[in-house]
Amino acid sequence: MRILVCVKQIPDPANPSRFDPETHRLVRTEDQILDDTDRYGVEMGLRLAEAHEGTVTLVSMGPVGRAQGIRQALAMGADQAVMIEDETLAGADALTTARVLSAAVERTGFDLVICGPESTDGYSGVVPQMMAELLGVAALTYATRVEVSGDGVTIHRQTSAGYDVVTADLPALVSVTAGVVEPRYPTFRGIMQARQKPTETLEVSDLGVDVSVGQEVISVVPAPERTAGVVAEDEGEGHLLILEKLQEAKVI
Amino acid sequence: MSEIWAFCEETDGAPSTLGLELLAKARSLGEPTVLYAGGGSARAWETLGSHGAVRVLHFDHGDRLAAAPVAAAIAEQANEQTPAMILFGQAYTDRDVAGRLAVRLGLPVLSNAVDVTLEADGTATTRHEISGGAEIAVAAFRAPRPHLAIVRPKSFPAEPVGGPPPEVVPMEIPDVGGAGAMVTERHARERQGPDLEEAAVIVSGGRGLGAAEHYSMVESVAAPLGAATGATRAIVDAGWVPYAKQVGQTGKTVKPDVYIACGISGAMQHLVGMKDAKTIIAINKDPDAPIFTISDLGIVGDVHKVMPKLIEKLRESR
Ligand SMILES: Cc1cc2nc3c(=O)[nH]c(=O)nc-3n(C[C@H](O)[C@H](O)[C@H](O)COP(=O)(O)OP(=O)(O)OC[C@H]3O[C@@H](n4cnc5c(N)ncnc54)[C@H](O)[C@@H]3O)c2cc1C
Ligand SMILES: Nc1ncnc2c1ncn2[C@@H]1O[C@H](COP(=O)(O)O)[C@@H](O)[C@H]1O
Repeated sequence: MRILVCVKQIPDPANPSRFDPETHRLVRTEDQILDDTDRYGVEMGLRLAEAHEGTVTLVSMGPVGRAQGIRQALAMGADQAVMIEDETLAGADALTTARVLSAAVERTGFDLVICGPESTDGYSGVVPQMMAELLGVAALTYATRVEVSGDGVTIHRQTSAGYDVVTADLPALVSVTAGVVEPRYPTFRGIMQARQKPTETLEVSDLGVDVSVGQEVISVVPAPERTAGVVAEDEGEGHLLILEKLQEAKVI
Repeated sequence: MSEIWAFCEETDGAPSTLGLELLAKARSLGEPTVLYAGGGSARAWETLGSHGAVRVLHFDHGDRLAAAPVAAAIAEQANEQTPAMILFGQAYTDRDVAGRLAVRLGLPVLSNAVDVTLEADGTATTRHEISGGAEIAVAAFRAPRPHLAIVRPKSFPAEPVGGPPPEVVPMEIPDVGGAGAMVTERHARERQGPDLEEAAVIVSGGRGLGAAEHYSMVESVAAPLGAATGATRAIVDAGWVPYAKQVGQTGKTVKPDVYIACGISGAMQHLVGMKDAKTIIAINKDPDAPIFTISDLGIVGDVHKVMPKLIEKLRESR
């Protein structure tokens, strides 16, 4: 089974990026790490590959010449990686991202594509669904459990009330929710092997995708400020201040 | 007047609150049409009418996963009628349908909006909270109509305005072949206590509680207040409480009168889900915890000292 896991490299959240007031783009720090939410997809992919004699290929679109985050996922055990790097993709919107990723997925060939439900820095939350539509396959989204059997895939899909059991034929795409499996830590051996694993780097021209941007940030304004109120050290009476506040808010 | 379409998923046999919120916004921007996904009923139409819907396009997808077939059906209508804007909510099915619809129409979709505008000259913008809500980014659509936006829950109040039942137009659900999926079982978790999204008071706990069993302190503060109980993703991921209690970016968005945060650091992803509470009270032993920057009352202290005393007083005063 050919399992493709879409993983995103993001600026290290410990090192936050900022908005450039001139270009209205995110100015990213140089550091690129594996998006934490994508570790769950990688883990799910590895488990399915182990159970179904599969391979795990990472697919990632990101800044030119940065592979730190990809190496993290390779060190977990993924077999290979396809990276799409192109200057013209800076500031790409969700639709362009999905077009690029699905073109790379199609080129590689797949039985199952795994995504996260939303990325930590972009969180548009629609790239997986867009990819599925472009690939002409089902998107089984917000999975808390994934099972592959025969030529089908069945998931537990998180809902606001609980969960639904949803099933579709392969090839298909699933998005997995964080916390469903415990992502493994790379072993020393894994880290060493990661350097030797095959990686392929593609540009937009290799994929024949139309890069258009249909949205533009036109301004960034401060939000109506929520002023911090009183902060008081508890010296045994803290609960009384809370009671007072609850009375003030007329809930007791 | 511009045509504005609002997506509404049926939940528990009725229009979702989120759908009614979108309908309220659609009404303020132009002539509203509801895109209703679900079984439908006379009562549902009545509710939609009383919230100002003039017309309902009804997509009864049965046991098929809504995503692909409903997106295909909406695309067909949108191509014919070209509304000015189509609004979705930041929710599971909404996102599934919106993403696929955007591809079908070849148009961008702007996610995570907290407001949308539509000018007389046809330009449209969305507003997005960034930096944990400290700043608002204003984005403009640079593509033809319809403009697609996904809006966070609780961005607009759902208010009945009184109105007759709308015109309901049943829509054909197309066969989408391999893009389709079937829902074979539905499981609803038993609900305990008041609903997070409706409650006037919410007491939430985080990792600072120390252990799963200490979440009972949160419940004991909540009970005498008739409050709902919430949680951070950290303790949901740790398995202390079910996902349904998660407040934040990937959980529920809440807007209660009072939100009491116990042992919660105040990560950006938590704050976006609760910072619009009228009054925020926080207990945290770290004076530099970010939660204090948005709290009306912050108690720098140990939850194990403050909460038991609070519980006792609340019980007494009942
Ligand atoms: C894509 C993405 C989406 C996310 N979505 C969400 C979301 O929807 N909701 C969400 O909540 N998080 C979300 N997160 C996670 C978020 O970033 C934080 O990790 C999480 O909110 C932290 O939870 P916490 O406050 O319980 O834990 P911590 O950050 O560990 O904070 C615990 C706090 O308790 C305090 N404390 C410790 N002991 C005591 C004591 N005895 N008494 C009093 N205080 C004490 C500490 O000072 C600390 O401030 C998301 C993250 C990502 C990457
Ligand atoms: N640039 C990217 N490279 C690889 N995968 C991505 C990229 N952007 C988004 N994804 C995938 O799509 C999911 C949702 O992202 P988003 O729509 O940005 O919230 C992520 O969890 C990834 O699995």
